[in-house]
Amino acid sequence: MPKLTINGKEIEVPAGTNLIEAARRVGVEIPHYCYHPGLSIAGQCRLCMVDIEKAPRPTIACNTQAVDGMVVWTETDRVKETRRSVMEFHLINHPLDCPVCDQAGECWLQIYYMKHGLYDPRMTDEKVHKPKAVPLGPHVMLDAERCILCSRCVRFCDEITRTGELGIFNRGDHSQIGLFPGTELANKYSANVVDICPVGALTDRDFRFQVRVWYLDSTKSICPGCARGCNIEVHTNRRRPHHAEGRRVARLKPRPNPDVNGWWICDAGRYGYGAVDDKSRLLAPSRREGGAVTDATWDEAIAAVAGVLARVAPDEVGVVASPQMANEDLFALRRVLERRGIRRVGFRVPPRAPGDEDDFLIRADKHPNSLGASLLGLDGDVAAILAAARAGQVKCLWVFGHDLLASGWPETDVDRALQATELVVFTGPNANATSERAQWVLPAAAWVERDGTYTNCAGRVQRFRQAADPLGRALPEWDILGRVLVALGAPAAPPRAERWFGELATAVPAFAGLSYRSIGDVGQPTATGAA
Amino acid sequence: MRVLQRFYLIEVMSGVALTAAHFFRNMSGHVRHSLGQKGARGAVTIQYPEERRPYSPRLRSLHRLVQREDGSPRCVACMMCETVCPAHCIYIVATEHPNPEIEKMPARFDIDVGKCVFCGYCVEACPEDAIRMDTGILEFASYSRRGMVYTKEALLALQPAGPDGRPQSTIPIPADREP
Repeated sequence: MPKLTINGKEIEVPAGTNLIEAARRVGVEIPHYCYHPGLSIAGQCRLCMVDIEKAPRPTIACNTQAVDGMVVWTETDRVKETRRSVMEFHLINHPLDCPVCDQAGECWLQIYYMKHGLYDPRMTDEKVHKPKAVPLGPHVMLDAERCILCSRCVRFCDEITRTGELGIFNRGDHSQIGLFPGTELANKYSANVVDICPVGALTDRDFRFQVRVWYLDSTKSICPGCARGCNIEVHTNRRRPHHAEGRRVARLKPRPNPDVNGWWICDAGRYGYGAVDDKSRLLAPSRREGGAVTDATWDEAIAAVAGVLARVAPDEVGVVASPQMANEDLFALRRVLERRGIRRVGFRVPPRAPGDEDDFLIRADKHPNSLGASLLGLDGDVAAILAAARAGQVKCLWVFGHDLLASGWPETDVDRALQATELVVFTGPNANATSERAQWVLPAAAWVERDGTYTNCAGRVQRFRQAADPLGRALPEWDILGRVLVALGAPAAPPRAERWFGELATAVPAFAGLSYRSIGDVGQPTATGAA
Repeated sequence: MRVLQRFYLIEVMSGVALTAAHFFRNMSGHVRHSLGQKGARGAVTIQYPEERRPYSPRLRSLHRLVQREDGSPRCVACMMCETVCPAHCIYIVATEHPNPEIEKMPARFDIDVGKCVFCGYCVEACPEDAIRMDTGILEFASYSRRGMVYTKEALLALQPAGPDGRPQSTIPIPADREP
């Protein structure tokens, strides 16, 4: 392992580490545009110049590997002057339209100009004009004038998606990013180019003009779109509710995790949060009697549901859990089932159309916690429960989240099962055809409105955190089930998701030794690993 | 408190004497002035609202939105004023401008004058010189809080004050008030 000195600090790094990464380890930030740890090295932007002793001139740090005995200085006068000149070059034809640019506030041109530029512009000629507001595909908007030609987006399409839609066309100061003729930037990961674009050249059409980025709060979370469990940040707008028509979740951004998703997420996951602020959200517990729906208090709803569970024989209760529920919810459900000795439980409901899958991130299983649900022993036969319901053997059916009427099973079969059941209880964040048939609807908080953990397809337990308050009177499922548990005579239920997880880790061997602290930001594998 | 001040009536009488002295001094000044004695002057009263003192050209009065040549707002909805506003009284919603050279414009631009503290930070922050506080309008009142909200259309219709500092445009009548 080469040992080198950066700004007087000695550090040992693995062979092949470049100087930007080595400097990052000693807490020295070398400014750069074109270098991205997930992509190949281009050496386009020339901003990451550093002084290396015995080298005649400043050298780019991104394409220089650490060598034993190397002495690097990143803040000499010569390096500072070089950076300032490179910044001046980058901004020569920049339109400086920050007021209308969505990147303003998180733009590396703004950040580096304030940190390393601060020169008096000498550009007196007319700037080169290029196309503005050009849609490249369904999600990405190009402003060629703002581009600094770092080629990150081109390399992303060449190396990560291998679709190669983008290229740099023309020469000199007429160079610009563009699509190859007849193509469209419509691959399944296209919006990642917006994240890696260091300037405002590529912006998100979905997020365009919705909220200014400095109004957003960021919360670490996990994408619930499929079994991969990509690490994400949820950006919420709490300060300006009149923006984006009052939607609280403004956008999702990938959060780097080399063990799960690298730096990327798919477009389906990125734009899959619409249900959170949707009209279909269930806001209050409600009771349906003879076609009339009336709102109820939580105490009434819990007492009614627990009363039925206590009255009906355990064999006459069917529970359809959901792999959209967190580990904590599923464990609380297991406690309720154990208390009453209910054995008819399952969570796998076949989708009407098979899920989309590829060999990178997207998984066919569109639920974030299928593995968690089976590790908790809830993997029963839902089809058999519905068959028993049709035969009149189920008096109470508790459905979590699923729309059974829109599943892969014939609608008439499900319809007959629901009809033959005396009491249908529905718990979930959004209304659907099944919740319309339920006698009791218990509204659940959406995943951004609560804490919890998912177990992804590789057996990695990952935490998501509360980014917003629950809408209306919705509660997290663990809270609903904990209240039912107390109503069924249990002494007490844990008051927080973290405490539920503590009980889960003690009770289930696969989760032994795990805690919210040990899971941290990047997750931790379960004891049994992949299933 | 001195002993004399403790006697209520003595203090009241001295107050009446002071007021009466001013009254007669002013009256004699005005009478002598109107009789042709130019050096004599009484206290000056301005007959507001028919008469007004000239305003300072730097006065911060009711906001207006500056128009482009085609009448559309010069504002590009960058949210600088909304961000800097200490009273949080500006509400902007952005939308696409048909011209990609301009790109962005406000679909909604409301100022809640009832909350505004007239600090002028919005004018300072604006990169497009799209908002100014030079209408010379200081009289705005309403029977409801909703009536204190001035919309984009109302703010665009306002004109700058004339060279004498007088408002050029009529004082806008909020929606809830009968003219």
